[in-house]
Amino acid sequence: MSTGSTTAALLERCERLYADTALDAVRAWKGAHPGRLAIGHLPVYAPRELIHSAGALPVALQGGGDQVDIVKGDACFQSYICHLPRSTVELGLTGDFDLLDGFVFPSTCDVIRNLSGIWKLLFPKKYSRFLDLPQAFEASTGGRFYLHDLEQLAKELHGLGGLAPDDGRLQASIALYDDNRRAIETLYALRREAPWLCSIDEAFLLVRAGGLLDVQEHTALLRSFVDAAGARPKKREDRIRLLLIGAFCEQPPLGVLRTLERSGAYVVDDDLNLGARWLLGDVGPSQRPLEALVRAYLEQSTWASTRFEHDEPRGAQLVKRVKRAGADGVVFAAPSFCDPALLDQPPLQKALTEAGVPFFSFKYAENTGQFQGIREQAGTFSDSLKLWGAA
Amino acid sequence: MAEAVTKAPPPAAQKDSSMERQKQMIAGHFRSLSLAPQTGQRVAYTFVPGNLTELMHAFDVLPVYPEINALQSAMRQLSAGYIREAERLGHNEDVCTYVKCDIGMLTKGNVGPTGEVLPPPNLLLLSYTGCFTFMKWFELLKHEYGCEVAMLHVPYLADGQPTAEARRYIVDQLKAEVIPKLEKVTGKKYDEGRLQTLLARSREAEDNLVWVLDSAKARPSPIDAYFGAVYYVGPIFSAFRGTEDAVAYYRELRAEVEDRVLKGLGPVTPDGTLTREKHRLVVEGPPNWTHFRDFWRIFHDEGAVIVASTYAKVGGLYDQGFRHGQTDDPLESLADYCLGCYTNLSLPSRVDLLEKYVRDFKADGFVFNSIKSCNSFSAGQLVMLRQLEQRTGLPGAFIESDLVDPRYYGHANIKNRIESYLQMLEQRR
Ligand code: SF4
Ligand code: SF4
Repeated sequence: MSTGSTTAALLERCERLYADTALDAVRAWKGAHPGRLAIGHLPVYAPRELIHSAGALPVALQGGGDQVDIVKGDACFQSYICHLPRSTVELGLTGDFDLLDGFVFPSTCDVIRNLSGIWKLLFPKKYSRFLDLPQAFEASTGGRFYLHDLEQLAKELHGLGGLAPDDGRLQASIALYDDNRRAIETLYALRREAPWLCSIDEAFLLVRAGGLLDVQEHTALLRSFVDAAGARPKKREDRIRLLLIGAFCEQPPLGVLRTLERSGAYVVDDDLNLGARWLLGDVGPSQRPLEALVRAYLEQSTWASTRFEHDEPRGAQLVKRVKRAGADGVVFAAPSFCDPALLDQPPLQKALTEAGVPFFSFKYAENTGQFQGIREQAGTFSDSLKLWGAA
Repeated sequence: MAEAVTKAPPPAAQKDSSMERQKQMIAGHFRSLSLAPQTGQRVAYTFVPGNLTELMHAFDVLPVYPEINALQSAMRQLSAGYIREAERLGHNEDVCTYVKCDIGMLTKGNVGPTGEVLPPPNLLLLSYTGCFTFMKWFELLKHEYGCEVAMLHVPYLADGQPTAEARRYIVDQLKAEVIPKLEKVTGKKYDEGRLQTLLARSREAEDNLVWVLDSAKARPSPIDAYFGAVYYVGPIFSAFRGTEDAVAYYRELRAEVEDRVLKGLGPVTPDGTLTREKHRLVVEGPPNWTHFRDFWRIFHDEGAVIVASTYAKVGGLYDQGFRHGQTDDPLESLADYCLGCYTNLSLPSRVDLLEKYVRDFKADGFVFNSIKSCNSFSAGQLVMLRQLEQRTGLPGAFIESDLVDPRYYGHANIKNRIESYLQMLEQRR
């Protein structure tokens, strides 16, 4: 296969997985692995390594995007609540998640927290678990609590039919996910260095595919793409470089991402699919792998609007990230009614203003179908940066 | 239908003895706050659910509750301006309006409900209990004030019951984070004996509050357990738990309500005593504060009394048996309190509690007031409503408004809905 057809085939596969709201890929995996569990988890961060070590497939549930008609979900949520929970409930009530053996709801925000309760009310027979990620980052407080929570989760997965908790197996799972994170980081490095070789929507699809695939298969897919990308017949264009922030939970439709780049920008860094990039660096080998996973959460988590700002202010971290990405500006893209993303904007924007970094912002829903406003905003922003170096 | 209410305002003595006391307590507290820069008394900003008031008193720290400032601003018709100001500064229209009201108030000089300027905090005591937005709110204030922040992460009761691990996690944080920060900002040592004394006082006040809330089981109910109860829970949800003032207030309140029961009187409303109890309702969700009296009037004009409400439990589920100081270790008691606040309960537990209220208080129906800006309360309420309808066999009403943003309070619409709902309940009799 030529490199062109390799990348095209990989992207086509990712696009199919993106459209796979009925989880056919998971069904196929279960067919090939009889008796093994598939465990769904909501955004943003879930310890997929632990689920994997139970012999289970961790399945990232990321809403229905713009591909699911919402009927039942709308009857469960008022108009002033973001879109992700309504498409999630829709998919649950229409039976698309029936093949999943259980659900993990991480403590992302009050909406996902309450969704965990809705799940218990609507699907009382299904295993569902709220995972209270600690907001206290000392090993003696949050670390202790989280370790116990993870031990419980491991026991419960075993009770459901998963493999018994085992340090050796967990260590092996951690190594596979460390490798996966490295592969994702290589893809992001490619985008920082040569964003014309991999567009934002392509990068999004490539990382997102990992939500439904076995981790090794996903790592191999990413590496195949990066290896072949250099030979893609794509030319560098005169575009501004943007960092996209705020889209860490409910994901924007592909059309939003494509519109941004078609309006004269390369999006060279982002917080899309943030769960897959949550831990910065390797968890690494350890005699006590569960403790290592806990420590990594406490010490190596990326900065995120859903975690308490206990260390360096996010604004300062954002400015550093802009520099690292070589970005000319920032686009704040937040889901409508998303308190975590929207409440963070004023201090982040203040920090950018002080650092002389221009920005613009818009809101979206996962099923947004109109891109004209975004096109105009992004186009104007990019033109003004190109012409005057300031928005 | 105003005949449900005697229009003459209630005699001052009947209405005012406990209320007057509460007014004076509040005035005294805000006076102390305004003088804090001179007296040197330390000030902590904190939240109502899961508040550590007794612990703050044990360090002679004066608490400020930004949520209460926001609702007071709304009742004084100032919130719209404050919210506008925050939005002008870049705060999004979609986010919690309590936060925006507070930011706007701060920008406009931080003048409290009594007209006195509030001092800046020496400590932001972030009791992260039952609401994610609390955390974001205090992150914003941290940038404004640059003072110490003590974070207390209270785990969610996702499975309905507190676990030993959750309790231990809170106690560990109290020891490792909260108490050291209180010691640092006050220069005082933690005194467990003093905390125990304060908790014992809380317990006595809580006993009397529970008696008052339970009195709504009588027919007619002598109290309104939503609109009236927001006044009754004021001292215990805020700066006064653990004080002699609170003990005296709840004794007095109880005596007043006992008297009403003996006389067979209905609740006091802004338009006088409700004389004909036609409907007994349970309410889920906070009230609207910008049109509080109009909102209340929609109900009492129709002879509808709220006999139980979940909002009166956001600062503690005392009616379900919890009391401060029940355990030997006072810090464990604080942990149990934090875990059990209403918005920290799972949705199934919230439905269970509502069902219990409907049955225990022999309610004819229930109303959900869904608050636009409050994900903590609102996300999932439509599912809760349907579950409750199925379990009780009663229809429920669902209305939407906001806490402090008047743009989202549609009086005519809400009135129509409530009146039609009450007519439907009438026809079902
Ligand atoms: S989009 Fe925002 S508000 Fe909605 S579930 Fe995700 S984090 Fe919560
Ligand atoms: S989201 Fe609700 S509970 Fe939280 S601060 Fe706002 S009004 Fe209060």
